[in-house]
Amino acid sequence: MIEIHNVHKAFGSLKVIRGVDLEIKKGEVLCLIGASGSGKSTLLQCVNGLEPIQQGEIQVDGISVHAKDTNLNKLRQKLGIVFQQYNAFPHLTALENVALAPRVVKRISKAEARALASKHLKHVGLGDKEDVFPSRLSGGQQQRLAIARALAMEPSYMLFDEVTSALDPELVGEVLDTLRMLKSEGMTMVVVTHDIVFARETGDRIAFFKDGRICEVGEAWQVVNAPREEHTRQFLKRVLA
Amino acid sequence: MARLQTGLNVMQFVLPYSGLQWSDLPFMLEGAWRTIMLTIMAGSLGTLLGVIVGWLRETFVSFRIGLIPFIDVIRSVPLIIQFILVNSFQSILGLQFDPFWIGVVTLSIYMAVLTSELVRAGLQSVRPELSRAGRSLGMSYWQGFLHIRAPLAIRTALPGWIGALIALTKDTALVSVIGYIELLRAAQVLINRSNEALLILAGVGLFYFVICYPVSLYARRLERRLAI
Repeated sequence: MIEIHNVHKAFGSLKVIRGVDLEIKKGEVLCLIGASGSGKSTLLQCVNGLEPIQQGEIQVDGISVHAKDTNLNKLRQKLGIVFQQYNAFPHLTALENVALAPRVVKRISKAEARALASKHLKHVGLGDKEDVFPSRLSGGQQQRLAIARALAMEPSYMLFDEVTSALDPELVGEVLDTLRMLKSEGMTMVVVTHDIVFARETGDRIAFFKDGRICEVGEAWQVVNAPREEHTRQFLKRVLA
Repeated sequence: MARLQTGLNVMQFVLPYSGLQWSDLPFMLEGAWRTIMLTIMAGSLGTLLGVIVGWLRETFVSFRIGLIPFIDVIRSVPLIIQFILVNSFQSILGLQFDPFWIGVVTLSIYMAVLTSELVRAGLQSVRPELSRAGRSLGMSYWQGFLHIRAPLAIRTALPGWIGALIALTKDTALVSVIGYIELLRAAQVLINRSNEALLILAGVGLFYFVICYPVSLYARRLERRLAI
């Protein structure tokens, strides 16, 4: 379980997150929606400790992310994250991209790492691209590669940070299909997205962010179809128009 | 060194203006060997030091700012003056190093400054998001450095570094100003004696080419192999 208690985060004087409470249960898919700059991506980066926080606490399976004595490198193995920019390692083939972290972080043998990587590439539909360098892959393929790379560490949670925002429209589907597949396998996921339709169909719950706070959180269909808050209603109207 | 000096005296006094002889070959080869040794020693020491300094400058603001005067001075003052300064400095300190080592130290520092600039440029060329991606997979700073940043930085820095190495090979000739007889100085000695300037210089030029060309060739092949 991921527990977020009263988290505050600022970049200098710019307050990005102003007191967020949220719980993500095992097996759940939580979608974070809201305007750009509302703090949802930043929250994701805080959850796996890539960004420090100024106040509050985030616990992953009972381990406090920002505590001084927390081994972040170890904790991050539980938390896979995929970014908007695919960030594939350009000097490595698809297979090497996926095999790198299991080999150097988990210290499994080269052969095991390659087998593991091969399995995960097949899983996201890139079985035929093992020896291809990222520059030869489409955006959608690179993003699936990034997902396979995160999955190869066998995380308990997957965090997705606007993973389709940088993609050409015709490539969005293949990435969302991969997310749906992960959901069907029972993966716990936090998905920051601008795709309201996807959020409603795939999310169990949706949290709507506004100005660094959670304005509304609830069952996915309820937040989209029958929002309780006026702000949510206005946002949805703007986005779905 | 002593042997060469005596050899030179003997040659100058006993055989003034005599033509080239086969017995001059060992003398030239010794000079060539010294040029190669200077290049290898200064090239590796300078590169090692340059990688460390480049990393320090890229990683810590204090080094970035603090080292600027040194870098500027070393890059701007002609090498030939630097040899003389370092040589005089050690005399002032009462030290007596072999000119070979004075040469190695001066050339290494020069090479280190050039290399550190290239290392810095290389590291800057790696998108920070890639390091972040590495960290998000549980990699430590050094794991990320070793497997992500360094291999990518090398690709950027390599062509410039090869250029610096080839320039260094030729710059070893300047060590002669502090009395060290390397290839070019040895050639001058023979020219003074034999008046065969064209032949000797062409031969020496060819020799420098023979040292440098394989380096360029190998670099070009390496670049192609590392291309992404």
